[in-house]
Amino acid sequence: MSTGKENKNDLIDIRLEVTPLLQSACREFIMADGAGAEVYFIGTVRNRTRGKEVQRLEFEAYEPMAISEMRKIAERALGKWPLLKVAIHHRTGVLDIGEIPVIIGVSSAHRNIAFEACQYCIDTLKETVPIWKKEIFTDGEQWVSAHP
Amino acid sequence: MHIKIRAFGIAKDILSATTLSYDIPDGSTIQDLKSILLQDYPDFERLRSLAFAINESYVEDGNEIRQGDEVVLIPPVSGG
Repeated sequence: MSTGKENKNDLIDIRLEVTPLLQSACREFIMADGAGAEVYFIGTVRNRTRGKEVQRLEFEAYEPMAISEMRKIAERALGKWPLLKVAIHHRTGVLDIGEIPVIIGVSSAHRNIAFEACQYCIDTLKETVPIWKKEIFTDGEQWVSAHP
Repeated sequence: MHIKIRAFGIAKDILSATTLSYDIPDGSTIQDLKSILLQDYPDFERLRSLAFAINESYVEDGNEIRQGDEVVLIPPVSGG
């Protein structure tokens, strides 16, 4: 059984998909015999933002760099905490309300580090990974976070 | 020298293009390119931030651009 960082690539699953993300696919990768905890973050498309009704979101990615930046995050998480597996799956294209733009799954022997690592992964993803979302309203659209 | 610029998100809207050819002075840095772009497209000034990538990695302002580089404009990211 793998416990160390000797084969980092076997411990990390990065995906950028145009088709719907499934938590089961994430779980299939991160489950491990030594795991006592699996923590997931599932981002979902909300129907309102700042009091306005959202129709849908459109995600665009600079794909090769988005994949390499997501991998860097997973590698850093593995370096910071004794994790077993890390999966980061992100969606692109048009997403309706309730759909899933991102799933992060982390497994570890104990829950506390899995919670911390999972939060680190999503927080860092939102700062560094070149993916952009546009909110589509009934009366217009805007790139999220573009302006101060 | 001749470089290629590629843009995503709102940067694409500001340029009205996904890719653009640009001629900039030899030895220009990312900071120099940023000044040129701000002059040509003042809307970039209104963004929360504007980062740059070459070869799929973020580059610093002082980074020198080489002939033929593809420089990617990274406006504020909003994944997740």
